[in-house]
Amino acid sequence: MTTNGLDCPNGELLSPWRDEGSSRVPSAVYTDAAIYQRELDRIFYGPHWSYVGLEIEVPEPGCFKRTAIGERSVIMIRNRKGEINVLENRCAHRAMRFCQERTGKVKTLVCPYHQWNYNYDGKLLGVPFRNGVMGNGGMPEDFELEDHGLNRLQVAVRNGVVFACFDHDVESLEDYLGPEILGCFDRTFSGRQLVLHGYSRQRIPGNWKLMMENIKDPYHPGLLHTWFVTFGLWRADNESRLRMDSHGRHAAMISRRSAKVTANIEEGVTSFRKNMQLHEPLLLDIVHEPWWGEDTVCMTTVFPNVIFQQQINSLSTRQIQPLGPDKFDFIWTHFGFADDDAEMTERRLRQANLFGPAGFVSADDGEVIEFSQEGFEQDKDFATLCELDGTGVGPTDHMVTETLIRGMYRYWREVMEL
Amino acid sequence: MTVEANLRNRICDLYASYAACLDDGRYGEWPEFFTPDAWYRVVPRENYDQGLPLSTLSLKGKGMMKDRIYGIESTIFHAPYYQRHIIGLPIISIDENSVIRCEVNYSIFRVKRDFSAEIYSIGKYIDCVHVLENDLKFSEKFCVFDNDIIPNSLIYPI
Repeated sequence: MTTNGLDCPNGELLSPWRDEGSSRVPSAVYTDAAIYQRELDRIFYGPHWSYVGLEIEVPEPGCFKRTAIGERSVIMIRNRKGEINVLENRCAHRAMRFCQERTGKVKTLVCPYHQWNYNYDGKLLGVPFRNGVMGNGGMPEDFELEDHGLNRLQVAVRNGVVFACFDHDVESLEDYLGPEILGCFDRTFSGRQLVLHGYSRQRIPGNWKLMMENIKDPYHPGLLHTWFVTFGLWRADNESRLRMDSHGRHAAMISRRSAKVTANIEEGVTSFRKNMQLHEPLLLDIVHEPWWGEDTVCMTTVFPNVIFQQQINSLSTRQIQPLGPDKFDFIWTHFGFADDDAEMTERRLRQANLFGPAGFVSADDGEVIEFSQEGFEQDKDFATLCELDGTGVGPTDHMVTETLIRGMYRYWREVMEL
Repeated sequence: MTVEANLRNRICDLYASYAACLDDGRYGEWPEFFTPDAWYRVVPRENYDQGLPLSTLSLKGKGMMKDRIYGIESTIFHAPYYQRHIIGLPIISIDENSVIRCEVNYSIFRVKRDFSAEIYSIGKYIDCVHVLENDLKFSEKFCVFDNDIIPNSLIYPI
């Protein structure tokens, strides 16, 4: 028996899983190149919606943002009618990734190599010397511009958030998310005008799924992150709910901050600091916003590439761009609402100190992912143990469980046929 | 306004001391390089150039700086590493309000245990310096970095 898909001589992948469940994830799921290639094909380039950005990033016709789905570079661009297109960043001629700037505004999309030139819908407008020069050369008679546009992805825009998919037969975004996760999405993205605050980018040397797991794991925040446990932002005694879609691929962790510490909750939790006080209390100047309801945090993971964060007054999207089985870029886009007053904007920016690559409660997430990856690399026969609260998959009204991780891997095994 | 040689020398000393403090890991002393209500900001060039207000870190006042130091020493779990700052020669100007403005290139190498040295952050400090009781202190320090894909995490001040 092999535990490594690459070992199989006929090109077929053999499953590295030892059992039928989804609670013991084998190392190869995080390290194997052939498994990763199947993930790209079936997950990122298959019938799954990927986040590409916010509409406000491309405010006018011709404004674009370059990003990626899986490892394929794509361009989000607004057309003359005001619609959003997502086009593959690959010239139809010689495959050039012609767009190199991250953002900008263009009259047309031009590949500089041979000046093939496309409109905002990806339609090829013209090619130089199509009819030859002085009777010589030129494109064949049957060359048609319309046959050689840019690859145009299926696009869904909901309340200012843009998703795209390489597979045009994908179900609607709403069906894809399912009612429960759609509700979490709409709670933050209700149609209110958004304002872009900026980006943070980090390259994490770990498998992309480890970040999804991190935000499907309500067990760790109150243990790894001193700030969460000490200031009650995320703690095992907070009232909380875990929700997922019917496939188990998306999830939401929803909770309510409590300033009061339940007796014994800090027992054995070395990160709890009873006497910790901030020199500058403004760092946790939390102001309740009406749209929250009673929940102070909602972390939504939408498979495969985005996390939507509302944690107190800090809002962000966190996009995953895999770069091989052992590395991914993690891109944070922080935002607020157009009707925020100056104080609220300042508050959101100040609370952003908790998040991102330097954040008080997230710098260490990248670190632990790196060290997990090292462990998978060093022992290919290892399998994780995600059995807090059993081996089943389902919603809970507590956070002492790894059910959401099991949900994702149950779905992953179906799609991957492994 | 012209910058006198003595002031230029003192500003160069300030940068040398600042780098030594961080490279030696004397983080407890780091807030003392700032005025009480100084603004310390680490910001990707991408945000800075576009006028986007988000920072990687934005600490206003010494209180927040002390909280950050407590965080890096006591609450944030991370792999240990050394930093080595190479700071260039500052361009110094004094504006009409007698504020001393400095811009200076920096490069920072990171050495993690068992790894080779790597380029960690490349950028420019855009600073304001105040004379406070005869000492020079930063009242504003923006660390604007070019290599905006951070190699996993940024823990210590830069």
